[in-house]
Formats: sequence, structure tokens, C-alpha cells
Amino acid sequence: MSVTGLALILFLTFHACMNVAALFSADAYNAICGFLGANWYAVAATAALAALVALHFIFAIILTLQNRKARGNNRYAVSTKVNEGKVEWASKNMFVLGLIVCLGLLLHLWGFWYNMMFAELAGCESQISPTDGYGWIVYNFHDRPGACIFAALYIVWLAALWFHLSHGMWSAFQTLGASGKTWLKRVKLISLIWNTIVILMFVVVVVYFALGFGSCGECTSACGDACQQAAECGAAC
Amino acid sequence: MTKLNSKIPEGPIAEKWTNYKAHQKLVNPKNKLKLDVIVVGTGLAGASAAASLGEMGFNVLNFCIQDSPRRAHSIAAQGGINAAKNYQNDGDSVYRLFYDTVKGGDYRAREANVYRLAEVSNNIIDQCVAQGVPFAREYGGMLANRSFGGAQVSRTFYAKGQTGQQLLLGAYSALSRMVEAGKVKLFTRYEMEDVVIIDGRARGIIARNLVSGKLERFTANAVVIATGGYGNTYFLSTNAMGCNCSAAMACYRKGAMFANPSYVQIHPTCIPVHGDKQSKLTLMSESLRNDGRIWVPKKLEDAKALQAGTKQGWDIPEEDRDYYLERRYPAFGNLVPRDVASRAAKERCDKGYGVNNTGLAVFLDFSESIQRLGIDEIRQRYGNLFDMYEEITDVNPGEFVQSVNGIDYYKPMMIFPAIHYTMGGIWVDYELQTTIPGLFAIGECNFSDHGANRLGASALMQGLADGYFVLPYTIQNYLSDQAVWPKVSTDLPEFAEAEKSVDAEIDRLMGIQGKRSVDSIHKELGHIMWEHVGMGRTKEGLEEGLKLLKALRKEFNENLFVPGKKDELNTELDKAIHLRDFITMGELVATDALHREESCGGHFREEHQTEEGEAKRDDENFFYVGCWEYQGTDEKAPVLHKEPLEYEAIKVQTRNYKN
Amino acid sequence: MAKNISFTIKYWKQNGPKDKGHFDTHEMKNIPDDTSFLEMLDILNEELIEEGKEPFVFDHDCREGICGMCSLYINGTPHGKTATGATTCQLYMRRFKDGCTITVEPWRSAAFPVIKDCMVDRSAFDKIIQAGGYTSVRTGQPQDANAILIPKQDADEAMDCATCIGCGACVAACKNGSAMLFISSKVSQLALLPQGKPEAAKRVKAMVARMDELGFGNCTNTRACEAVCPKNETIANIARLNREFLKAKAKD
Repeated sequence: MSVTGLALILFLTFHACMNVAALFSADAYNAICGFLGANWYAVAATAALAALVALHFIFAIILTLQNRKARGNNRYAVSTKVNEGKVEWASKNMFVLGLIVCLGLLLHLWGFWYNMMFAELAGCESQISPTDGYGWIVYNFHDRPGACIFAALYIVWLAALWFHLSHGMWSAFQTLGASGKTWLKRVKLISLIWNTIVILMFVVVVVYFALGFGSCGECTSACGDACQQAAECGAAC
Repeated sequence: MTKLNSKIPEGPIAEKWTNYKAHQKLVNPKNKLKLDVIVVGTGLAGASAAASLGEMGFNVLNFCIQDSPRRAHSIAAQGGINAAKNYQNDGDSVYRLFYDTVKGGDYRAREANVYRLAEVSNNIIDQCVAQGVPFAREYGGMLANRSFGGAQVSRTFYAKGQTGQQLLLGAYSALSRMVEAGKVKLFTRYEMEDVVIIDGRARGIIARNLVSGKLERFTANAVVIATGGYGNTYFLSTNAMGCNCSAAMACYRKGAMFANPSYVQIHPTCIPVHGDKQSKLTLMSESLRNDGRIWVPKKLEDAKALQAGTKQGWDIPEEDRDYYLERRYPAFGNLVPRDVASRAAKERCDKGYGVNNTGLAVFLDFSESIQRLGIDEIRQRYGNLFDMYEEITDVNPGEFVQSVNGIDYYKPMMIFPAIHYTMGGIWVDYELQTTIPGLFAIGECNFSDHGANRLGASALMQGLADGYFVLPYTIQNYLSDQAVWPKVSTDLPEFAEAEKSVDAEIDRLMGIQGKRSVDSIHKELGHIMWEHVGMGRTKEGLEEGLKLLKALRKEFNENLFVPGKKDELNTELDKAIHLRDFITMGELVATDALHREESCGGHFREEHQTEEGEAKRDDENFFYVGCWEYQGTDEKAPVLHKEPLEYEAIKVQTRNYKN
Repeated sequence: MAKNISFTIKYWKQNGPKDKGHFDTHEMKNIPDDTSFLEMLDILNEELIEEGKEPFVFDHDCREGICGMCSLYINGTPHGKTATGATTCQLYMRRFKDGCTITVEPWRSAAFPVIKDCMVDRSAFDKIIQAGGYTSVRTGQPQDANAILIPKQDADEAMDCATCIGCGACVAACKNGSAMLFISSKVSQLALLPQGKPEAAKRVKAMVARMDELGFGNCTNTRACEAVCPKNETIANIARLNREFLKAKAKD
């Protein structure tokens, strides 16, 4: 769990940095998208990433099953209370949080990856070019029908991810033995800062585009129509 | 008298043990594999003996009543363990440790045993350190020491206030290693009910599986009991709830003599009794006496006010306080041995100077040391004890109250003496063998090393000395010819008979179906013991006590109620069996106390005291070990045998802690 | 001065590991609040016996917080709630309010099957120690105790780890039924001392393997164990255990 988890955090960090580029320049963002398009190394990395997620998920299931078995069939009549304040809520709900994150991931794959990388690989035709990542961001968060719901779901997803990481990151270090009496506090603090920044970077991008700050300058006309639709939708919201 | 051969080896005292080891019979390694030894108990003595015997190659069967060997009550020892290492360069030596122990025991211990104890004390420390026991260290990495009552050197090794725990866990780890190696078979939640004697030798035990309630037979070439003391006879003591003397009583009933039962140690610093629902007394470490001053009011009216609750300790000004230990014993002050401190507290309370609502408590006050050293320093030393005291009593000792005329008054602790340790026990010879061949007794369970009073930090030393370094040698002297004997079968009639009689006894207890719970009778036993066979004993009191005990046995036999069934887990039945033996034990203590017309150590007869109220020994008539032989039934008084004490190395003197 | 309180006690009855078990209730009247929790249960049992009922069974022994025998889960907290952490026997009735309901349950964990009522079988802990919680020294004549110099800091830290009393509260509190705090305390104690070094790798592997074998769960660092440990063992020990384990595995 710890190793795959840390690897995924590393990926998230890169992903977040990349996203932030979209705040400054559509070209820059699209250049990165192009860089990570349907190339063999990007595909390989995607496969590796999928494997990581799968491993993380499979381990989680195995461990959860083992742990439930170890807990036994008898439940406490009065559920454990000691832990008020001492045991973080997230730490007890990692599996549920993980599931929420997975659902969000499906949404994300459907909204972006399917339209971009998959479309490019499969050679599908669509309104927005698969290589126009920037366009897809604007479309998904602002232009598409129900974009605000899409954006809201993203925020929920990111919040769940934040909770998941708030426990997961320091916990991974602890499991790897990279902690101790004095280092526990430091590792926890560093993890908290790290993961908050990463999540904030994601959130900023979502909010920025959802509020319509994303310029339509580079959009195709189709996009422009979508913009209009989205504006109506936004008004409806 | 031929029965009591102490088998002390020839030669000068310092060479006896070496001589013994050089000439004793050994068992060859092949034969060790054929020999089985039963060890009952997993405390310091039991666990260390089982582990050591297992390492040597014997097959060990080890029993304990708790769920794990690590629960044995040795774990609760706080202060430390003595050894004559002289790491502090303060003039310590094996001889000095030997001398202090004999003197502390009021010249009633067997010299040769004590010398051996002092001799092996150093090995114990080496052994425990090798096991990874985290003794306190100095900054340079060397072992640290502290001082304890009754000694003028710092020879006590300690691990915070949990020395007993750490030593026991050390022995437990050694034991666990042997369990893993298959050399020790562990039986937890088993209680020994009887020892089986075949052809005059101990050949096995009958044990009860406490979970299923079933009786089981176990055979071996020798039986070792390491089952602790009988302090719980008094109901309220610092012993654990499970501590009992049933195994020892089973041996006693089978003919093992019981030595010096009247030597019972009363610890001066326990938290006072708060009500009749109390189940046990909590010890506050003796180390508190280093910085705490013990006092009661000088004026009787102040004491009355304290008892009524109209005044608190801090309302009594410095000049109206009677620091009675400092007054009576200027040289040792608050650090006199335990028996002396306990008696002094009782004397004050008997005169009406007690300071709590029951009139049975004295103050232990840290005001002076806090003013001198600061609360931080005092908390550094005793913080955990202060917290423990507060958790129990809701009073925070060391909480500032007021300052009057430049004197700061802090909230004091209240303390009172309580039963803590029993020096008496199964009689054993130099080889730790009882009067039954093949039956050995080690640790608190035997009588040998502490005389009439035990010094602080000596119990751990004795338990481990017996288990690691004495018994594993001496038992071989007995076992050397055993390998050629055929294994004893548990189908022999002796086993069947022993099991039948235990079963019948259990049926009897279950069948009484009276009205009274075990605990209610046990509490009554405790009251009788404390009142009549407690700290200050008199002829009349003891005779009265014996009468009451007889009546109590009758009540027990006629009016006991044990719920449940015998062939299942039944904690009330366990307790009933213990109580039956506590009553017999109580009579034994009273009988011995009545016969011993002198005061020595933990045994104080009010008829025998000096004008200043100090214990007055009678070496002319009582310079012996009083051993009691069972007469076939609890109703008959036991018969006394004497093992005369012979001192070669030490000149017997009056103990003096005044100057 | 002590005041008296009255309350309802709900205690778990279970006849053996296979039985389903249920709660019984009893009204306790006028209990002095300076009574310890276990003394209160003694009173309960006296009253039950008086009514001709079987007493409530629970483990207890030293009653001064060191033997680790007592093991009651009180109102949702292993050992009940105290200021600084203490065992059940060190819990006093003044921590409860007049008129309240007190629920007493056994440790519930697959590795600790119930023997009867609130008495559970913790022999799994012994088996873990037997797997390697020791240094392999024979009784005899090891080197002089001062021949091994140990920095005070290491000795003190080892002592803190060695303070574990093996009560099992950590397992009882853990939602995963994990024994990591228990075994890490032993592994840490011996890892911190030079005496433990020669067998460090073997020990940690053997103990972890035994723990898994016995059906304890995995550590997910919820820190519930640390929050209930009566001896204040910390998860820094678990980190050390993990480190020792990875080191040992890396050597293979």
C-alpha cells in the first residue's frame, strides 16, 4: 500500500503541476498534452499507472478483508470512543474514501482520458481535437451541459482525495519505517503541507475554469457554441 | 529430629557453595533428556528455574494459574534488586551484603543460605543484562544504583519503578525461548491441587484445568514449587488477587514441613484502607521515604479534628507535628527497616494519633523536600507515584496549600502499613529440597533466606538466585540416580487416589450450599488475622485468634456457598479452595506466633519489648527455625520441630538503628 | 470526602467461544465513588451470588496496573477512560456520573477468543514472544554487566518500550485487530540494546510471521492502539519495527 500509494502521490504531484500550466497559457498546456499524447512512452506510463492503481486497489481489498477477519464477527455494542481527537477520522475510513476516489477517477477518465488519449489512439472524431487538452478543460468545467455539476463532483472528489492523502501520505512513510518519535510529527506536517498544496492546485484549476476565467480564444467555433450553452447552463445554476 | 537435616556443606562460609558445586553429583547430558521436572509457578523463581532446567536439557512441565506466565505477581515489585557489585566503590562486598541481610533478618536466617545468596547476586545482574533487561544507566553507559532501607551502601539495581516487571519479563523471555525449543511445556490456567508421593518421593501432581474444571495427572522425576507467599491470608494485602498458598498447603498436608509461618512482613508505606468494600492495598514504593517525612500530630485534639475531618494536615503547624521516626531513630530516621517503621506507625495510631477518618493512617509529607529541592525535582523522582496516588485517592500530594511564617505547606500523602511479604514458607535444606524427597521449594514459597524480616530489594534477588543459580545445580544431586528408574505411570494407584481425594474435596465444597459467599468469609478471616495475628501480637490475642479461626473453619464448612458446577470454569470454586487453605494457613501463623515467645523482625510480641518499645529477641530459647508438621487433619494442631541455627561467621547482636 | 453514586451496569455474558453471548443488567446502588472499578464488580458479584446467580467472570490479578491481566472494554474504551491512561484496575468510580449506564464488554478480536463472559484467551501474545522475543543467552556466566556500555538515552528508551504489560488493549481498540504495537514494543526494546543486535533480523521476521499466522490484522496506522495504551507506548515503535523488518528482508 505504502509504495504504490507514494508512487501515486508522485504522479498526482506531476499532474497537478501540469494542470497549473493551464492557468497561464493554453499553448503551454496543450504542448504538455501533446508531449504526453499517444506516444509509446505515454502509453507505457499510462499502463504502469493503471497497474499501480490496480495494485493499490487489490492490496486494499486484501488487507481490508484480512483485517475484517482479524477483527472477528463480534462487534462492540458501544463503538470505540477513546479515539476522539486522537484518531483521525480519515484513518478509519480509508477504504471508503478510496472508493470515492475511484468513482471520481472513472468520471475523470470519462471526461478527459476517454476523449483525449483514448480518442487519439482510436482515431475517433469529435468536436474538440483530442490534442486540445485546454479545450477539453474549458468544455468539461464550463461549456458542457451540466458543467457546474461536473465541477462540483470534481470538488467532492478532490476533497475525498485530500482526506485520503491526509492519512495516506504520512502513513506510507510510517509503514516504510521512515518515522520515529521526533520524525513522526515532522513527517506528518510535511505530508499535510505537500498534499494540501497538490490538492489546492487541482482545485484552483477546476474553480478557475468553472467560473469561466478560461479564455475561449483558442476555441473552435464548435467550442464557442458550447460556450454559449454553458453560459445558459451557468445561469440556470 | 532426624527429619531436619539442613545439609550445610563443610568448610568456611565463603567456600561452602564452591565446595558443594565441586563435589555434587551431576546428571550426564544424555540422561538429562530422559528426566522430567514439574515446576509449579512462573514468577521470578519458577520461570527462571523452568528456563534454566530446560536449557540444561531436562524436560520441564511448567504450570501457572494465570493466562500467561508474564502475569505472576513478581511483576509488581517496584524498587529494585540488590547485588554486591560494588560498582559505586562504596565499600560493598559479598560479605557485607550477606551481613546486612542476616542483620536485617534479625538473626533468624540460615547463614550458609544467605551467604550463597549474596555470592550469586552478582551473576544475576550479569544474566539479566545479557537478556536485555533495561536497567537504569548513568550517562557514561554504566549501570546506576540507588540505596535502600537497612544498608549503608548503594547496591540496588533498578529499572524505573518497575524492576520486578523487567526482571520477570527477562525470565519470561528465557522461558519463552525454551517453550519454542520444545524443552518446556507450558500449562496456563492450571492449578496444582495435590502432590503425588510414590515410595516416599514426590513423583507428580494433580492439577486442575481452570477452564474446563477437569482434574489431570502429571508425572515427573521431581517436583518444584515456586508458588509464592501466603500474604492473602490477611485478605487485604499488597499481593495480587490470585496469590494463594494452596500448592504450599498441599505439600504441607502431604508431609512437607512449614517453617517460621509467623514471620510476616508488613510494609509501612501503603495507601490506607478506605472502606469495607476494598479488595486490596496498594503499595507506595519505599523509596518515598528518602524525601518524605512521616508524622502525626503532637496534640491529641489535633488528631481528633483530623479524624472528624474538621482539620486538614496542612492546618497543623510545623511545631505541632511529631516526626516520630526521626524522634525515635535519629541515626536512620525515616529510613529504618520496614518492620520498625510499621510498628512505630501502629504505636502512634493505637495511641489515638491516626490522621484519617478511621484513625488508621499517618502522614507522609514532602513539604520540606519540595521547599528545599523544588516541586520539579520531587516530581522527577516520584512523579509516577504521585499520579498513582492521586488516581486512587483524588488527592494530589505536593499540591501547594499555603505559606505560614515562611514555611510552605503542601498536601501530604496518607499511608498505613499493610501485609506485603511472607518470610516463612516451606522448610527446605541447603539444596532447596523439602522434607519430602524429590519435592523442592524456591522463591518466596520457601523460608530460607530472609530470617524474620526481609530487606527491600532482596526478594527479587532471592527468587532469581534460587531459580537461575541454585536449584538447577542442587536438583541434579537428587536427579543423578533417577535416570535408571523407569518412568512413573499416571495410572498408578497413588495417582488415582490423590485425584479421587481432590475430587471428593471439591464435591464437598460444592455440596455445602450454605448462605455465605467465599469473599465474605475471607474478609472475616482477614479481620481475625489483622486484629489478633497482625503487627502487635499478644498471648491472649493469639489464643483468641485461634479460637475464632476454629469457629471460622466451622462456618466455612457449614455455610459456604459456591455457585455453578465443578466441571466448568468456576472462579468461585477456585477461590473457595484457596480460602480453605488460607484458614489452615492462618492457624499455622497463629500457632507459630503463639509459640515464639520473643519479638524478632516481622514477629512482634507485645510481652517482649524493651522499655523503648523495641523488639526483644530471646536468643537463648528461640535461636532456631520453627518447623511445623501436619498431623493428618486440619483439626489437629501441628507438631513443632526445631532446626537449630548455627552462626559461624556472624556474631549475633541486638539490631540497632538508633545510632 | 467520598460520595455515593447509583447506576445501571450492563455486562457481557458469554458461555464459551462458540456461544452467541448477551448483555445482563444490574442496578448498582450507593457505591462510594472512591471504589475502584473492579471492586465495584466484586460488589456486583457478591449481589449476584446472594441472588443465587453465577458471578460475572473477568480477568484480574495484581490490581495495581502492572500485571496486564485486567481487560475490560468499558463504555467504548478499552480499560475505560482515565486522565493519563491506566488499566481497568486503576479506574475509579469517581469517573462516572450518578444515574449513568455503564457497559462492560470483553476484548473483541478474532485472535482473542472469549473463554467466558469478559475473560478472553490472550495466549497468542505468548506465542508471538516465543517466536523470538528474547536474546538467546543461556543461564550461566555471561560477561560482567558493565562490560556492555549502553548510553543512558538508549537504555531509557528501551525501558519505555519494555514497559508494555501485554494486556491487549491495543488489539482491542484496533479496528483491524492488529498486534503491531505489542510486538513493536518488544522488537524495539531489543533493537535499541546491543544485546539484541545479533538476532535482530531473525527476531523481527519470526515475530511478524508468527503474528500473521495467529490471525492478527494489519496495521493501517490509525493510532487507536496508542490512544488506549495504559503504558503510553507509541507508534514510533511500529515505525522502528517496520524499519527493522524491511532491513531484515533486504538482507535476504
